[in-house]
Amino acid sequence: MLSLENVTKVFKTGAFGGASLPAVRRASFDILPGEVTALIGESGSGKSTLGRLILRLTPVTSGKITYEGTDVSALKGKALREYYRHVQGVFQDPFSSYNPVFRADRVFATIKRSYFPEVSAADWRGRVGNSLESVGLNPVDVLDKFTHQLSGGQLQRILIARALLLDIKILVADEIISMLDASTRVDVLNLLSNLKARGLGVLFITHDLSLGNYISERTIILRRGIVVEMGATEKVFDNPQHDYTKMLLTSVPQLHKKWEPDTGVDLDETTEEDAKVLAGRYTKSELHPLARSHSRKGRRAQAAITEREAAEGLLRTDTYLRVHEEIPQLVEVEEDHLVAM
Amino acid sequence: MGLKVENLRLCYRTLRGDVVAVDDVTFGIEDGEIMGLAGESGCGKSTLGNGLVRMDIRMAQLGGRVELDGKELPISNDKAMRRFRFADVSIVPQYAMSALNPTRRVGKMVSELLKSRGFDYKKALPELERRVKLVGLDADVLHRYPIELSGGMKQRLVMVISTLLNPSLLIADEVTSALDVSTQRAVGEMLLEFRDREFVKSTMVITHDLSILAQVADTILVMYAGKLAEKASADVVINSPLHPYTQLLISSLPEVGVRHDEKTLVGIPGRPPSLLNPPPGCRFRDRCPAAFDRCVEQPPFLEVKPGHSVACWLHADAALPAGGPGTC
Repeated sequence: MLSLENVTKVFKTGAFGGASLPAVRRASFDILPGEVTALIGESGSGKSTLGRLILRLTPVTSGKITYEGTDVSALKGKALREYYRHVQGVFQDPFSSYNPVFRADRVFATIKRSYFPEVSAADWRGRVGNSLESVGLNPVDVLDKFTHQLSGGQLQRILIARALLLDIKILVADEIISMLDASTRVDVLNLLSNLKARGLGVLFITHDLSLGNYISERTIILRRGIVVEMGATEKVFDNPQHDYTKMLLTSVPQLHKKWEPDTGVDLDETTEEDAKVLAGRYTKSELHPLARSHSRKGRRAQAAITEREAAEGLLRTDTYLRVHEEIPQLVEVEEDHLVAM
Repeated sequence: MGLKVENLRLCYRTLRGDVVAVDDVTFGIEDGEIMGLAGESGCGKSTLGNGLVRMDIRMAQLGGRVELDGKELPISNDKAMRRFRFADVSIVPQYAMSALNPTRRVGKMVSELLKSRGFDYKKALPELERRVKLVGLDADVLHRYPIELSGGMKQRLVMVISTLLNPSLLIADEVTSALDVSTQRAVGEMLLEFRDREFVKSTMVITHDLSILAQVADTILVMYAGKLAEKASADVVINSPLHPYTQLLISSLPEVGVRHDEKTLVGIPGRPPSLLNPPPGCRFRDRCPAAFDRCVEQPPFLEVKPGHSVACWLHADAALPAGGPGTC
């Protein structure tokens, strides 16, 4: 089991890292074996950052990620390699995950070199063959081919087969099918469902609610780095509690149902308090991009605009909200269904 | 009036031979109609859209003709097309977010564009501002650089700019693909509003996403490997498609609001044929569960019910006599 506890990631931005951008704020959830957990959010919600944190591609700022009780961020050398034996990731763009100079099956050779140097070549070929067959590929079709000779679906499945060669328990699947065609998408999804039957825990990161609904047992809705709703998939989708989840569900285009009229809820309504804060005090990083002009005349003109906008509350930019928005408490509304209040 | 495309063939010239990406395509769009053009990647849908506005230097017209409001569009003649582009036929390109000039403020860019078409920016400005406000943006965006705007804002601006001269035909190429669901909805509703306010007469929405077409399109045209597969009103294509490809494609789409615990969706095995020397006969034959011996011949694209055309031998016998009422 992999669990996240109050995980926060703050990126340094600006010329000398003077500004900070919180990408994930105090996220806590578990990825259980034998389940697909869908992490759903719009662009910039921090969903990919969470995936990268779990895969240790970027360090956490605060909070803890533990795998089977050990803190992941402290792992080094051999222990880290063992961690990767159990936790692997597959990413969005299959074409950029490969080096086009080499044959696609080189990804298997690198696994052998790092993890199974003692296995004989013949034995290894057998294992690769089995692994490819388990993801629905015929080894003859894909081995010894270059990436341009294979389709996106095939490449994506080879990457999953690569992960399966290791003794993986957790797979982070970051938008793995958004680059695939509709007719082949479902096959990769079904493959993930089969894997979970074998006890694998999958973190399925997506912006597409229909995919999350199809494949997952549990759903986490992320907004601006904050978990706003999480729980059993059917509870979140059938009985959404947070305004944001409701908005997402009414906006998603459906085949057999036209869009319903807008709910009309303004999720980012400026409060009087916000207006006060904005008018009086804002740090450079939260300033409107316009206010960073280089000429003095421009700066003066823009300061006037900024003031006006601040008064009107227009300055509640994404960055402002990320820094100042309070992190809500998750409250259990029913069994296995938490909502931010 | 509207758009009429007859037997259009467009190809890409490559060193290995001609890749015919749009092969013998015939269809029409009525005034006030929003037609969705759907298909998988590489099926020729973007080539068709681009071909009606601007042919890439690698592209060539092998045959057929295009008529807009009764006048022939000289699509293979770059110079002659200049008169029609932007004014009569306009495109919102794929990746509209990078279509704005990064070195100009948006307003300046529009003024240069209008000047090149012989219009005065000052005179057009009130209308431009009105439309910018209509799509929910502040008129202030005209003084900003593209980098200061978010993806959704840029997408909406490009749509406003493309339709500023009230073109007869707007080609919207994957306008919703890179957007979040909430912005997607706003852009989808914009397409409807632009039509209702008659900023554009007819619209062609190119996308791989059938569910967005179910929301905005009046008719849907499905392409497969450079050929037309099926055309009918949106409801008919979604709910009772005839072509096996459309049927399989729609049944493979997961949906929100449906519980999938019981039934597992299945994809379509195989992949589309290469358009360089495609095999003779129906191009979907290899992946089609209903294929039979007649499929070695190319099925004609025939109208089988009023307003419903399909290219499949299973339904070819039911074809209505050509030239009947409601011919596509």
